[in-house]
Amino acid sequence: MSESSASVVKVIRCIVCPTGCQIQAISKGSDIVFEGYTCKRGLEYAEQEYYEPKRILTTTIRVENGFLPLLPVRTDKPILKEKLDEALSEIAKTVVSAPIVMGDILIENILGLESNVIASRNLTQK
Amino acid sequence: MKKYKADVVVIGAGAGGLAAALEVKKAKLDVLIVERAKELGGITLQCIHNGFGLKEFEEELTGPEYIQRFINQVIDLKIPYLLDSMVIEITKEKKVYAVNNNEGLIEVEAKAVVLAMGCRERTRGAINIPGFRPAGIFTAGQAQRFVNIEGYLPGSTYVILGSGDIGMIMARRLTWEGCKVKAVVEILPYVSGLLRNQVQCLEDYDIPLITNYTVTKIHGKERIKGVTISKVDRNFDRIIGSDKFIECDTLLLSVGLIPENELTLQAGAELSDNGGPIIDENLETTIEGIFACGNVLQVHDLVDMVTNEAKRAGLNAVEYINGRYGKELKKKDIIKCIPGENVNYIKPDIINKRDLSEEIIFTFRVRYPDRRVQIQFKDENNNVIYKKKKIYVIPSEMIELNLNLEETKIDPTCKSITVEVIPRPEVLIEEE
Repeated sequence: MSESSASVVKVIRCIVCPTGCQIQAISKGSDIVFEGYTCKRGLEYAEQEYYEPKRILTTTIRVENGFLPLLPVRTDKPILKEKLDEALSEIAKTVVSAPIVMGDILIENILGLESNVIASRNLTQK
Repeated sequence: MKKYKADVVVIGAGAGGLAAALEVKKAKLDVLIVERAKELGGITLQCIHNGFGLKEFEEELTGPEYIQRFINQVIDLKIPYLLDSMVIEITKEKKVYAVNNNEGLIEVEAKAVVLAMGCRERTRGAINIPGFRPAGIFTAGQAQRFVNIEGYLPGSTYVILGSGDIGMIMARRLTWEGCKVKAVVEILPYVSGLLRNQVQCLEDYDIPLITNYTVTKIHGKERIKGVTISKVDRNFDRIIGSDKFIECDTLLLSVGLIPENELTLQAGAELSDNGGPIIDENLETTIEGIFACGNVLQVHDLVDMVTNEAKRAGLNAVEYINGRYGKELKKKDIIKCIPGENVNYIKPDIINKRDLSEEIIFTFRVRYPDRRVQIQFKDENNNVIYKKKKIYVIPSEMIELNLNLEETKIDPTCKSITVEVIPRPEVLIEEE
C-alpha cells in the first residue's frame, strides 16, 4: 500500500487534559495509525475511543417505600458506549425497595456486559 | 427560644460544611452543623454523574457516593446537626439564629463560625431575556433536582442557554431520559464548562453547540413555545438579521453561579468583586472568627477542591479558638492581593504579614482563554517577585498556586501584590 491511500477515518478530541488535542485515526492500508496526540496518555485514550469506547453509566432507578422516589445508580465498570441505551431501558424497567446502602448491587451483570448496577447512596425508608 | 452552644457552628451541610465540621470534631472541639434541607449532603446529592473524588480519594465516584463518605463519617463521629433549619442571622459576636418547624427560633452561641452556604444559580432576571413569563423556564440545577431527585421531567424538547458544566451534563441526562435537546447556546466564542463535558455530553450525542449566540426572545404565553437566538458581536450586542427560531417547550439556563452571601453581608463582613467574602490566607473573613469555604467563597470546578478548602477552614477555626480567641487584637498589618491583567479575581484578598513565612494557597481564574502564558506576581513598585509558565489557561479551570512569599524575597514593607497572566515575553519576541 502506498502512502497516498491514507485517509482519516475518525477524529477524536482528547479529554485527558485541557489542551484538547485533535487526534486523527488514519487508515493506512489495513492498519490504523493515530496522529495529533502530544502525550502517551493521549494515544492510549485515542486507541480506547477508537476500538472500544466505553462509559460509566450514571442514572436513577425507581424506589418503592423510600425517603425519596428515586435512587441514583451507576455501573460499577464502564460499559460499551453502544449499549448505553439498552442498559438505560433495562434500568427503567426495574423498581427497587428501600432501605438501600451505597454499593448495594441492584442489577447483576446488566445485559451480560460484566458490569453491575450499584447504588450511589444510602436511602432510608419513608 | 431553644439555645445551643458549640465551639464552632458550621452553616451548611454540603461538601464544604461536612469537611469543615469533621476537622473541628477531629480536633476534639464541639461543632454543630445547621442545614436548611431535609438531609445532609447539599447539591452534590443531585450531581449523580461521575467524575468526583479523583483528587480526594484517587478514584472516580458519582456525587452522591462522594458525599455519602462524608455523611457516614459525620454520623460515625456523632457530630450533631440540625436539618430543615434555615439560618436567618449571624452576628459579629458569633451568635447564629435559625428557624425550623419543630423548635421555632433557635440561637446557637459559638466561638467561631464557618460559612459553607454554597452558591446559587443566575436566573433569567439576572441576564434580562425579553418575552412573557410562560411556564417551562428553569435553571439547569433546578431541572437537575427535578430529574435526579424528585422524579419529574421539566419538559420534552429543550434549548439550553449557557455551556456551563451543569447545562452540558443536563443535556446528556435529558437525552438519556428520552428528551430532545435541540441546542446548547453560548454567548461566548468558547465553551464555559470543561472540555470533558463538551465531548462526553454534547458531541457524543450530536447535540449542537452554538457559540457567539444568545437567546433574545422567549415565545409563548402560557407555556414556552420556542426561543429566538441571535448572533452577537464582540460587545455581546445582537447582530441584526442573525435571528433564528428554535421550537422547544423548555428553556434551561446554565448561565453562572453566584456565591450566596446574604448572611455574610448581614453579619457585617465585606465582599469582594467575585461575590464571595474578602478573606485572608486563613480563610478568615473581615470579621474575626468567621471563616468561609467552598462555593460561598468562590465557585469551584471540582468538589474535591471544596473539600480541601473546607478542611483548611475547619482547621483554621480550631487554631483560632485555641490561639487568638478572646485575646486583644493587634492591628492588622496586611498586603492586598489585586487581580491584574487577565485575572478575574484572586483569593486570598489580603495576607497578614505575620504569616509571610508560611505557605499560602492562592486560587484565581483568568478572564479569557490563552496559550503559552506567564503567571506573575508583582509588588506595587513593579518588582516581579514570582513567575511561572503555563501552557494553557481557561476561565473554567481555577488555577491554584502554593507559595511561600518569604522565599520569593518579597519586600516586607510592600502594601500590595498584583497577579497577572500575560503572554510569555519570548512569545512576543517570536511574533515581532
